[in-house]
Amino acid sequence: MSALDNPSIPSRRGVLKAGLAGGFLLAFHLPARAANEPEQPPDSTEGRFAPNAFIRIDRSGTTTLVMPQVEMGQGVYTSIPQILAEELDADFAAVTVVHAPPNEKLYSNPFFGVQVTGNSNSVRAFWKPLRQAGAAARAMLVQAAANQWQVDPASCSASKSRVTHAGSGRSAGYGDLIDAASSLPVPKDPPLKDPKDFVLIGKPVKRLDTPAKTDGKAIYGIDAMLPGMKFATIAQSPVFGGKVRNVDDRAAKSIPGVRQIIVLDDFVAVVGDHMWAAKRGLDALVIAWDEGKWATLSSKDIWEDLRAASRKDGVVAKSAGDIAKGLTQGDRFEGEYEMPFLAHATMEPMNCTAHVTPGACEIWIGTQVVARVQSTVAQALGLPVDKVTVHNHLLGGGFGRRLEPDMAVSAARIAQHVDGPVKVVWTREEDIQHDVYRPVYRDLISASMSNGKIQAWKYRVAGSSIMARWLPPAFTNGIDIDAIDSAIDIPYDIPNLSVEYVRAEPPGVPTGFWRGVGPNNNVFAIECFMDELARKANMDPIAFRLGMLEKNPRFKAALELVRDKSDWGKPLPARAGRGVCVQPSFASFIATVVEAEVDAGGEVRLRRVTSAVDTGIAVNPDTVVAQLQGGLIFGLTAALWGEITIERGRVQQSNFNDYRMLRMNEVPRIDVHVIESSADPGGIGETGANAGPPALRNAIYAATGVALRRLPIDRAALAIANKA
Amino acid sequence: MATLKINGEDRQFEAPEDMPLLWVLRDVLGLTGTKFGCGIAQCGACTVHIDGNPVRSCLLPVGNVGKRAVTTIEGIGATDAGAKVQRAWLDLEVIQCGYCQSGQIMSASALLAANPQPDDADIDAAMSGNICRCGTYVRIREAIKRAAGET
Repeated sequence: MSALDNPSIPSRRGVLKAGLAGGFLLAFHLPARAANEPEQPPDSTEGRFAPNAFIRIDRSGTTTLVMPQVEMGQGVYTSIPQILAEELDADFAAVTVVHAPPNEKLYSNPFFGVQVTGNSNSVRAFWKPLRQAGAAARAMLVQAAANQWQVDPASCSASKSRVTHAGSGRSAGYGDLIDAASSLPVPKDPPLKDPKDFVLIGKPVKRLDTPAKTDGKAIYGIDAMLPGMKFATIAQSPVFGGKVRNVDDRAAKSIPGVRQIIVLDDFVAVVGDHMWAAKRGLDALVIAWDEGKWATLSSKDIWEDLRAASRKDGVVAKSAGDIAKGLTQGDRFEGEYEMPFLAHATMEPMNCTAHVTPGACEIWIGTQVVARVQSTVAQALGLPVDKVTVHNHLLGGGFGRRLEPDMAVSAARIAQHVDGPVKVVWTREEDIQHDVYRPVYRDLISASMSNGKIQAWKYRVAGSSIMARWLPPAFTNGIDIDAIDSAIDIPYDIPNLSVEYVRAEPPGVPTGFWRGVGPNNNVFAIECFMDELARKANMDPIAFRLGMLEKNPRFKAALELVRDKSDWGKPLPARAGRGVCVQPSFASFIATVVEAEVDAGGEVRLRRVTSAVDTGIAVNPDTVVAQLQGGLIFGLTAALWGEITIERGRVQQSNFNDYRMLRMNEVPRIDVHVIESSADPGGIGETGANAGPPALRNAIYAATGVALRRLPIDRAALAIANKA
Repeated sequence: MATLKINGEDRQFEAPEDMPLLWVLRDVLGLTGTKFGCGIAQCGACTVHIDGNPVRSCLLPVGNVGKRAVTTIEGIGATDAGAKVQRAWLDLEVIQCGYCQSGQIMSASALLAANPQPDDADIDAAMSGNICRCGTYVRIREAIKRAAGET
């Protein structure tokens, strides 16, 4: 996908390699290391077979795999080992998995050129490099055995970390071959397995990270425990961009267990013997803030700005056919769609442990950007990058929030004033109110239609450019490749097409990536408008879409499968309906049907969700199903309730009581059907979050006839009394 | 010096009586399996058992525990229901990020210990106080039924 017409726009794969930080292999934690156990030794390659950055085999045969991508629930600490062990012919039951240290030379994501986990591309980006790494190591081990036995390596086979020569009955474990293998050259282009010979890839093998997550042994960033550690919590300005004016700490100082009150320019921290002391101390502070220029900012102002910006012409990101002429052919329709600010609300609140010593800093954290944490902390403290050690951990959810290093920088700045290590944990209120928010977007689509087919489609996306801040090379010529990703990848065959982007930054509010990224907004606008057009054409929404998917057989197959599996077309009670969504992006082909009902008061209940997914080779099909199930719930949660609003420069939501999550009693049956494919793997983590909202909205449209055009769902508009 | 019976062992510690049990477990005793999620008993990540009953430890003052037995995720596998739940969680591959799962497993274990054959309504009632941001609810429901079916 992502076939851009305009060669001046960098693709996601082609973005420049930005900011390569030099680095050394540094100490890191085992994922399941029990609290207070001694530090792991550094990732030494001494005495180990280490043909590349990912594989370490010692003389006992123990195979350690270094994970270039982080585990935040998406299952990558199982799928990456599956790929490596497949080509290595390693004994999968015996592999050990460790976090990669910050090192952008060794562990950069090939799609981005920086060390990052995101955009549903771990398996896509590392598919070939990891297969080659495994195959090269295997070839060296086999060659070492063949040399020893003076036989042709082609007459040897490998399986479960052993090389065997069938002709002579000789065999050797990998551990016995590492010295000889280490002296051999690393083959540049080792042969890869024929997919029909895969024994691990494509199998629902058990996850490697989950046993330690059932008995409390798994160690997340927030679980780091160090001798002599203090605990801290922070208060940042309640108004965006505000500064500390003064602090009355008399009451806080008298609270038992409070050790230090640290007042910095932009936040205040209380350090104590435990979180309880720190939190009580913080609550007892009287902080006067200089609220700064956003003291009167409100959501209303932000929406007025965005609506005005969206009326202007944007930068053309894609054009096909003749849009001006096309729009005059047939009947003309318009749609306008609006998406709210969203917080991430990872279950593990933001946290970071830091220890600053003369000339150095050590960080314990769970992050999607371990090298960026290292370089940003180094910059903030004025240290050379190699004087900052970062220990990465399991992540208690990422969803894009942990693509930011802010919590590490503030922890390091606190640690500059503390003797010994300090663990800084944000309260949930701080976490919700000091997020980097999924931006508000406003999308306008004009289309012309005749004979049940769309003739022209002019789509303008207006909203923040996250890339301009986060990865500047991905914002060029006024186009943010993320914000328009699915707009230019629209799956339907439309002869005249134009996609524009208007960069519109919300005043004061920091914006960042959120699960589903740019396509989350695009897919909502496209699929809502498709349903409105189907209704104008007096056609079934699935039949209408199928009529424009002839050239896209993988989407067509997914849509036909979900139609058949979801009981599409079968009668439903009054005010119940089914809605569909087809979604491009991340090189996966997914169609989803949501069934929902709306009561007289406008409350919405989910009845059933069905998805059909062609994601190419599903490295671990059970993980693919799990990611869809979970992603759908993530997206449906946002569609039903998700909105961050701002008054007097302050975020109004603060915790799960007013920033609601879907709960067990509200979750319907969810069926995910995985389509067999031999194509290269697609991405999956983001996708469910994008499928849920438009499919739900279209179900509500079918149930009530009300065409909602903004999220979250407006119950008042759905109540019978208010229906026009 | 105060004493709590945690996972069958007497543990001594110093902490103010109004300090929530969560922080005693995590920050004083180093039992980090019990998680902090919201601090206002809205998410269930901090769920532990007090005499077998599920309790949100983020709001429970440690001084109120008294001589009652505290069971945490580190000890739940020693109970019959807890061991069944842990096995079912792995068999059905419930877990994603895993951060909420200590609390989910504690709530599910308490449910099964009190009600060995829960129906969907029982599961809704027992589990709706536990938020999972990864959205593992469908598998949690299946796994509770799997654990209940285990003999």
